[in-house]
Amino acid sequence: MTPPPILEVQSVSRYFGKFQALHNISTRFQAGELTAIIGPNGAGKSTFFNVISGGIRPSQGRVQFEGRDITDMAQHDYARAGIAKSFQITNVFKQLSAHENVRVALQMQTSRYQILRARSAYAGLRDRADELLTRVGLTDSHRKPAGDLAHGQQRSLEVAMALACQPKLLLMDEPTAGMSPQETVVMMDLITELALERTVILVEHKMKLVMGLCKRLLVLHHGELLAEGSPDEIRSNAEVKRVYLGQG
Amino acid sequence: MKQLLNISIDRIRQHRVAATLAFLMVFPFLMPYETLAINILIFGLYAVGFNLLFGYTGMLSFGHAAFLGVGSYLAGIAVVHAGWPWWAAIAAGVASSCVAGLVIGYLAIRTRGIYFSMVTLALAQIVYYGFYKAERWTGGENGLRGVRVEAISLPGISIDFLNPLNKYYVILVFVALALWFVSRVLDSPFGAVIEAIRENEKRAVACGYNVARSKLLVFVLSAGICGLAGALRALHLSIVPIDSLHYLQSGQAVMMCLLGGMGTFLGPFVGAAVFLYLEDTVTNVTRYWMGVVGIVFMVFVLFFPKGIWGTALGWVAHWQRKVTRHGEPS
Repeated sequence: MTPPPILEVQSVSRYFGKFQALHNISTRFQAGELTAIIGPNGAGKSTFFNVISGGIRPSQGRVQFEGRDITDMAQHDYARAGIAKSFQITNVFKQLSAHENVRVALQMQTSRYQILRARSAYAGLRDRADELLTRVGLTDSHRKPAGDLAHGQQRSLEVAMALACQPKLLLMDEPTAGMSPQETVVMMDLITELALERTVILVEHKMKLVMGLCKRLLVLHHGELLAEGSPDEIRSNAEVKRVYLGQG
Repeated sequence: MKQLLNISIDRIRQHRVAATLAFLMVFPFLMPYETLAINILIFGLYAVGFNLLFGYTGMLSFGHAAFLGVGSYLAGIAVVHAGWPWWAAIAAGVASSCVAGLVIGYLAIRTRGIYFSMVTLALAQIVYYGFYKAERWTGGENGLRGVRVEAISLPGISIDFLNPLNKYYVILVFVALALWFVSRVLDSPFGAVIEAIRENEKRAVACGYNVARSKLLVFVLSAGICGLAGALRALHLSIVPIDSLHYLQSGQAVMMCLLGGMGTFLGPFVGAAVFLYLEDTVTNVTRYWMGVVGIVFMVFVLFFPKGIWGTALGWVAHWQRKVTRHGEPS
């Protein structure tokens, strides 16, 4: 018997005007799994990602996290519920130092609206921010403004900020977009490592990258769930072959 | 020697409120006359309050005259019509501008960028006409006259408030408390949140912060500080001119912030001081003082976008880095 899923998507559709970006998608994500959502350009991956991460609401259908309906939950409540995300386009606090970026993310759990105590009184947060930066491989650039970091480093910083929320579910939208081959390898290793401790769902454009990494793949095409299964199943799926090869 | 200076600068930075106060204690003796020093104190506070929203949270309000004016008028009305003592008048001014901030903020934070500026401007204009028309209470076009506070009575002592130097130091007490408060807020976790919102709203939401609520809170704090400046101004001038609510007053807050350096703690205060000092001295030479202030303003916006104080801080930080680098044993 399978345990209850950590995330369940129930017949989700999303329209933009007359255009239907998602067609009646239903699927489940098991706790502890590393799942990748793949598909050619315009397949609806980003829309799907936004629906499960609270960025946009589905037109129809529900999303449940740990058995709780989160379809209408306010976006800022996702982090507290245990869902963190990293964006496709890098989103960091550019003028703040890398350290401060992570510290702000950590602070959410302890002291959000405290207006008269000094930040420095929370020494625990400072140390944990240092730990997280080290964890994602940013040891030497704590004091640099985040905007001055290299692209790959900014993406790693985003991962550190997502981890600061202590998420049970980590959602990543094309975590290697715009990265050099070396940076990509480092990021993929990091993701593999992170997936040992929590559920990770990532959206990826490059099929090859995730084939060796994930236990399970979802393939979207024209807003529909074309196939789901292990990498081997996906590789031998005639439909998937047609979509990917057919496009050249 | 250099090391000593370097360490002193660090100390000053850590105790920015105390350092500012030490300077403001002698400030009236550096100015041509005390009233100018009092004006600078009041508008400095106004600009600091405005900067909380503009420089630190990244929200450009074009309606902050509303809070300066509401604070002024309600403090004035408390004295003139209700016969309240000076301290209750100040409290009334601050409380009412906070309420005004809550209402205007609640409506305005739904919008962003230029729309936010326009909504705040429009709402402030409504406040302007409201006070303009309520002649019975506000004196309409002539302003509210007769806000006479001749003495500041405290248990045991009474301070002659008509003496300009006394007046300066009484007002300084309130400005000092407000500066201390703003400094605490900026150093607090909440201060980090508003800067995070300025840098990247989307990411702040993803981190779990309720952006709308944070913006409203900082809006009310900012309005309250500006309201305090307004209340002090009513007691200082013993009249509340209707132009306290005029949109030019809102524009002045923006100019002072940009001139001094937005997003720095003291920049707006410096901006207000330079602005008012120029206004005062240039008027003696030519009546086109606005032109001169305008040129100075343009020079700073074009060549020193960080403002007077921001640029100076940049130089000091650069110098300090150089000294520390040389000081390190290699």
